[in-house]
Amino acid sequence: MYDQGKQRLLLQGNEAIVQGALAAGCRFFAGYPITPASEIAEQLSVELPAVGGTFIQMEDEIAGMGAIIGASLAGVKSMTATSGPGFSLIQENLGFACVAEVPCVIVNVMRGGPSTGLPTCPAQGDVQMARWGTHGDHPIVVLSVSTVMDSFTITVKAFNIAEKYRVPVILLSDEIVAHTRECVELPDIGEVKVMDRIRPSVPPDWYKPYEGDARGVPPMASFGDGYRHHVTGLIHDEMGFPTQNPREVESFHKRLARKITRGFPDVQMTRGYFLDDAEIFVIAYGAVARSALRAVQDAREIGIKVGLMQLITLFPFPRRTITPLLKQCRSVLVPEMNLGQISREVQRVNEGFCTVVKHNRVDGKFITPREIYSHLIKI
Amino acid sequence: MTIPAQALRHEYLRHNKKFPHVWCPGCGNGIVMGALLRAISSLKMDKDEVVLASGIGCSGRMPTYLDFNTLHTTHGRALTFATGVKLVNPELNVVAIMGDGDATAIGGNHFIHAARRNLNLTAIIINNSIYGMTGGQYSPTTPFGSKTTTSVYGHIEQAFSIAELAVTAGASFVARATVYHADLIDRLIKQAITKQGFAVVEVISNCHVQYGRRNKLGGAVEMMTRFKEQSITVSQAAKMSPEELEERTTIGVLADREIPISTEEYKKVRTRAREMKEKV
Repeated sequence: MYDQGKQRLLLQGNEAIVQGALAAGCRFFAGYPITPASEIAEQLSVELPAVGGTFIQMEDEIAGMGAIIGASLAGVKSMTATSGPGFSLIQENLGFACVAEVPCVIVNVMRGGPSTGLPTCPAQGDVQMARWGTHGDHPIVVLSVSTVMDSFTITVKAFNIAEKYRVPVILLSDEIVAHTRECVELPDIGEVKVMDRIRPSVPPDWYKPYEGDARGVPPMASFGDGYRHHVTGLIHDEMGFPTQNPREVESFHKRLARKITRGFPDVQMTRGYFLDDAEIFVIAYGAVARSALRAVQDAREIGIKVGLMQLITLFPFPRRTITPLLKQCRSVLVPEMNLGQISREVQRVNEGFCTVVKHNRVDGKFITPREIYSHLIKI
Repeated sequence: MTIPAQALRHEYLRHNKKFPHVWCPGCGNGIVMGALLRAISSLKMDKDEVVLASGIGCSGRMPTYLDFNTLHTTHGRALTFATGVKLVNPELNVVAIMGDGDATAIGGNHFIHAARRNLNLTAIIINNSIYGMTGGQYSPTTPFGSKTTTSVYGHIEQAFSIAELAVTAGASFVARATVYHADLIDRLIKQAITKQGFAVVEVISNCHVQYGRRNKLGGAVEMMTRFKEQSITVSQAAKMSPEELEERTTIGVLADREIPISTEEYKKVRTRAREMKEKV
């Protein structure tokens, strides 16, 4: 981990995720090698033992996900990192983390898919999978990064959201951000805002492990703390025991959804550029947001009233931020390195205010500023 | 020293869990659970420091009933969750309880790697040769020729021998018993829990409902009598030919050896990492 005080460092995105995780207090990593995510595991295998943490390379991504859940239940912030094929394998235990409300962070450095796909070309094809990959209704938080600095700050934020709401958080990076080297100024470790899970304040006899507080989030005891309790992937009552009582089942599902809904202002992060007087705007995320910003700046120079809405949070989809823009503007362009996974969300919330224009690439190549610019001068 | 069953129940069963349990009358799971509790009781283990993890299936429900830190995971994955818990807090006594399909089919990869990795964990596998909860489909330990709901014409695959698999994969301690030999299970689980390193206890059990019935093996009593007749000790087995060993179950301790334990080795890794950092 970098030392105290501000540091100017030349880092790639994957390395910045490592620094962000350490700054956020992550002390456990379990995973399985896969390009283009492997640098995260490699570097954490060096860094974690030096700070008293634990790194383990497991037999597959299923096991990696299981181990980080176990680690979190034992009281330590934990994470795994993978790419598409491994992301498919983690989905089973990701569902467990959702239902048992286990805070943890899953990094998916996206590459071209499906299956073995296009190793190792950039893509954004796992966006809807991040939302719906594990079976059953479940709220999920999905964040995206577009720069090396983001890879640091949004990783810290991912851990904070995981801890605050007792949820798994998915962080989507992509091959471009992961392997781009940029000079970044990392903050003094002491100035990084870090949140920790709420621990029970009642004696063990009173503890109800799945009774939500006012926010709907249950205080979380660690195994070994004296608060012996049951953790299961079955739908459970407030004591953590399996239930099929329709009233208990429904209130369980609703609490899970409610705790995220109530957190929307905190969880839904976006960045707006040139939006005040915009007549058209671009919605972009990940590495594509960089091309989009450049294209918007160029278009502004020739007098086109265009803005950029960069999504940091992909899910819960930041509808409250986007709806006013859809009402304000006549067209929105959604460039993506997939066949339209966020544009379908934009269409869903659009309600006919605005023309939704898609720009999609699935050939393993990056969307350039010029491609976006050429749309902007036409629409 | 025998512990009164009622005292054991009052001490270790969850009074606030809505009983009855899910197991059929005569099921071997209860015998294994009793043995586990007697072992834990006689070792005077602090309940707060016991973590019981399970997978999916009839055996997977055991932690629900017991007053420890309990973790009912996904199918086959108990050892992966247990690995995370143990690495973070090596002071905890972590016991994984699994079934045969759970540990050696869907969780087979985790099982052999947990044995190879040799963390200080205890794995108890209740082997009843069938997927009981899902309705009696063949498992990796279903004997050749058996009838199950997915092999009504007779099973055509060979069965795993779980304990031997664990020995080959590198576990520190491997033992086997049957549910007929309840006292032996107590002793083996005690040895497994106190053993430093990955320790496996395979318990051959009866599923008379899903397996015995379809293969005309009778009820729980008949199946247990059969376990008694089939079982031989490790020293008896050593004197027998491979032909004589067919249809036999070797019980007792199959392996007990000293192998570097990765939980301990990782402490050295931390020291090396700190030293390296200080040099830089």
